Amino acid sequence: MSSLFTYTLRIADSSLILGQRMSEWCSNGPTLEEDIALSNISLDMFGQANGFYEYAAQLDGTKSADDLAFKRNEREFFNHQMVEIENGHFGNTMVRNFLHDAFNFLFYTELANSKDETLAALAAKSLKEVKYHLRHSSNWLIRLGDGTEESNLKVQDSLNEIWQFTNELFEMDEIDTELLNSGIAVDNKALKEQWNTIVNNTLSKAKLTRPEDAYMATGGKKGMHTEYLGFILAEMQFLQRAYPNAKW
Amino acid sequence: MAENATVWEVFIQSKNGLAHKHAGNVHADDKIMALENARELYTRRNEGSCIWVVKSEHITSSESEDSEAFFDPSNDKMYRHPTFYTMPEGSKHI
Repeated sequence: MSSLFTYTLRIADSSLILGQRMSEWCSNGPTLEEDIALSNISLDMFGQANGFYEYAAQLDGTKSADDLAFKRNEREFFNHQMVEIENGHFGNTMVRNFLHDAFNFLFYTELANSKDETLAALAAKSLKEVKYHLRHSSNWLIRLGDGTEESNLKVQDSLNEIWQFTNELFEMDEIDTELLNSGIAVDNKALKEQWNTIVNNTLSKAKLTRPEDAYMATGGKKGMHTEYLGFILAEMQFLQRAYPNAKW
Repeated sequence: MAENATVWEVFIQSKNGLAHKHAGNVHADDKIMALENARELYTRRNEGSCIWVVKSEHITSSESEDSEAFFDPSNDKMYRHPTFYTMPEGSKHI
């Protein structure tokens, strides 16, 4: 596996798994309008994933984008652990998405300047959608945090619980470093400061308290996952596993 | 959002310079949510370049029983239509 292939796959995996999680909201949204909003976000994530998988397939030369999405096992997925945790209640989903959207927004802004033209183009396209996702999740975080006593408590609890998954977003391993040196990859560490600014501003508007860094989860990029990913893949991949190459 | 959430009327402008047209309505608890819900429901297929949302309660409508007094008198006033003028060449959106 080339470094560029793995790097592209990681981006695709995070988009796919978050898209799959968001699709669970379809028909379960709190209102009709919000249900459609959540499903639209899910479809945006699938679209982004598809772009990166197509590129990864091209780099690989033997597997198709569908093979990559549906015929790999848990340990061969390299998404951030944050995107695989359960949706929980609506506020919980908005907290998770906000933390990830803020990262994605900064990440794609930088990746759009990549020396790899395909990655740069995919990033520029994704960025437009992610800007809206960030706006959507920020507004909900503010509405719920600065809402009632109950809504504030609920999203503060979610924030405390999900915080452990934030550190992984900024990690740099040997693949990141190698591709950063050749002008292709994003310096994740360097995004932290701007991420802090976005997060702190929004949390203060939402009357929420930023949790202290304590135990921080890691390993998603290396194929180490929470207990949830296996269940997601079981549901998502069932059809292609049971009826290989089935077409709509 | 409570069951009795506010209803907002949605107006979409399809292209810069054209008038905003009524597209439908959405439920929302505040104006930011109304704008975002309108975006999700009414501009999914590239319909718009600008959205207005207005609380339905702020719209005053004529009543159907008034329609005779309001609209019938214009039936026989052909001279109000500018059909007797030649349109200048190149004029648009008229």
